[in-house]
Amino acid sequence: MSTDEALPPSEVFVAMLRRDIRVVRRELAFFLVRTLMQPLLFITTFGFLLPRMRLFPSSYTTTLLPGVLAISLALSAVQSVALPMVSAFGITREIEDRLLAPVPTRLVALELVFVGAVQGMIAAAVVLPLGRLIMGPIPGLDLSQVPELAGVTVLGAAVFSALGLWLGTAISAQHIGLMFSFIIAPMLFLGCAYYPWRGLDTVPVLQYVVLLNPLVYVSEGMRSAVTPSVPHMSPLAVFSALVLMLSFFWWRGLRTFERRAIG
Amino acid sequence: MQPDGPVVALEALDLEIREGEFFGLLGPNGAGKTTTIGILTTRVRPTGGAATVGGADVVRDPVGVRRRIGVVPQRPNPDRSLDVIENLIFHGTYFGIGAAESRRRATALLERLGMSDKASAKVDALSGGQQQRLMIARALLHEPRVVFLDEPTVGLDPQARLALWEILRALHADGRTIVMTTHYMEEADQLCDRLAIVDRGVLLACDTPKVLKARAPGGTLVIVTLDGSADGDGAGSALAAVRSVPGAERVDGDGNDLRVYSTRGGEVIPGVIRAAEAAGRSVRDIHLVPPSLETLFVSLTGRTLG
Repeated sequence: MSTDEALPPSEVFVAMLRRDIRVVRRELAFFLVRTLMQPLLFITTFGFLLPRMRLFPSSYTTTLLPGVLAISLALSAVQSVALPMVSAFGITREIEDRLLAPVPTRLVALELVFVGAVQGMIAAAVVLPLGRLIMGPIPGLDLSQVPELAGVTVLGAAVFSALGLWLGTAISAQHIGLMFSFIIAPMLFLGCAYYPWRGLDTVPVLQYVVLLNPLVYVSEGMRSAVTPSVPHMSPLAVFSALVLMLSFFWWRGLRTFERRAIG
Repeated sequence: MQPDGPVVALEALDLEIREGEFFGLLGPNGAGKTTTIGILTTRVRPTGGAATVGGADVVRDPVGVRRRIGVVPQRPNPDRSLDVIENLIFHGTYFGIGAAESRRRATALLERLGMSDKASAKVDALSGGQQQRLMIARALLHEPRVVFLDEPTVGLDPQARLALWEILRALHADGRTIVMTTHYMEEADQLCDRLAIVDRGVLLACDTPKVLKARAPGGTLVIVTLDGSADGDGAGSALAAVRSVPGAERVDGDGNDLRVYSTRGGEVIPGVIRAAEAAGRSVRDIHLVPPSLETLFVSLTGRTLG
């Protein structure tokens, strides 16, 4: 029987990936609405309406665009993993079929994080042109630093996807609503997405506290990559922090995932 | 199962299941059946002891075990984002079977399980029995050596249950090893080659249904419920009195319930009533259980399956 021979794990990884791509493609419209609604409303209000009303300077769009890119990427990646985890381990137990596949359990987790990260990247890639379209010409926008932009996007998406694995397996189904009020909302507003980190000079304590927030590094990294004229952290600091956070979230996420997977 | 609590679900369970056997784990809810299946299917890590499936150790080689097994869960857990045949095809690819071959096998299995017309149905549109059949098809798609079924007929209507029995019999006839848990005596008796009776994590008996039934003390079990006050000597003297009734091979009791194992079927009943009344008790209810696994189970555990 074919099933007694060892199977290359990469083959199973690709099979699970195929399944996820099929489902994401089928549910693309829902996915886009879920992840893009908030960033687009933000762009419309703060990047279009308020500058038009002259309540905000029109140059604000330069600060806002990289932040909104960071938010779209982060929200999409973290939700794409965390929300399905909650029901897959809770009500539907859907995850069990994958857990019984002949591969190490951590490969299943890795595939989920990979797909979540890809969804984060898709969200950022859709928001960039839409943002530009809604906000009009953005002073200082420079899309020539492709490797840096790609690096921040990939690493940032992986960080939030791994965070999604951790949150989705550590938080019980009945508390998932709290995840948004207590973790996601503060993360968005204290993530230097709507203002540069340098601007927090005025509240020094906050400037250091927010360094625990992974979104800060994605926002600042995006700023460094697409609007380098706005003050931003050095790329070295951004990449080091993202690598550290990715390792930490993957380690915690894998632990809680395995604990849920194997009783 | 409680992950951190002090609950020990399995205390002493030594079993050997043979290749090609239809093996049943029979016990009430909470007996440790699901934990046993969980350990054998690598979903629960044992805190002690050892278990192998087809030669692969469940702790040291979980991947090897997963290659050898198919699992039908207690509650259907299909992939709700996929339709019926996609559930099967993707499952096959998780086991390294090509998409075309997976589709061929999936189509054949759906045909065999009478679900061909549901191939492109959404999973949510299936009835409970159909979902359970989908789970069976999924468990078989990668042609495992051992199929585990955890309480597969719970929640099914009688017709769906009988249909499932037929499917399981056919699988067994194919020569596949089947391990099934159940708390239905009749199901265990009808389907299994051998049975293990477990309660509170302990193996109480393990043999063919025929041998087990023969082991049941007496033939018929007569459960007698006495009236009110069981305190003091009342219960003890009633027990002693009933023990002397001809045909009552063994009598156990606690409180107001007496369990009389009768070698003369229901003929002991008048004697039992007279003996109880002579001891100053009256009989409120009498329940007759014909010789069965249930009588053995009650004699081993002192309680019914329910």
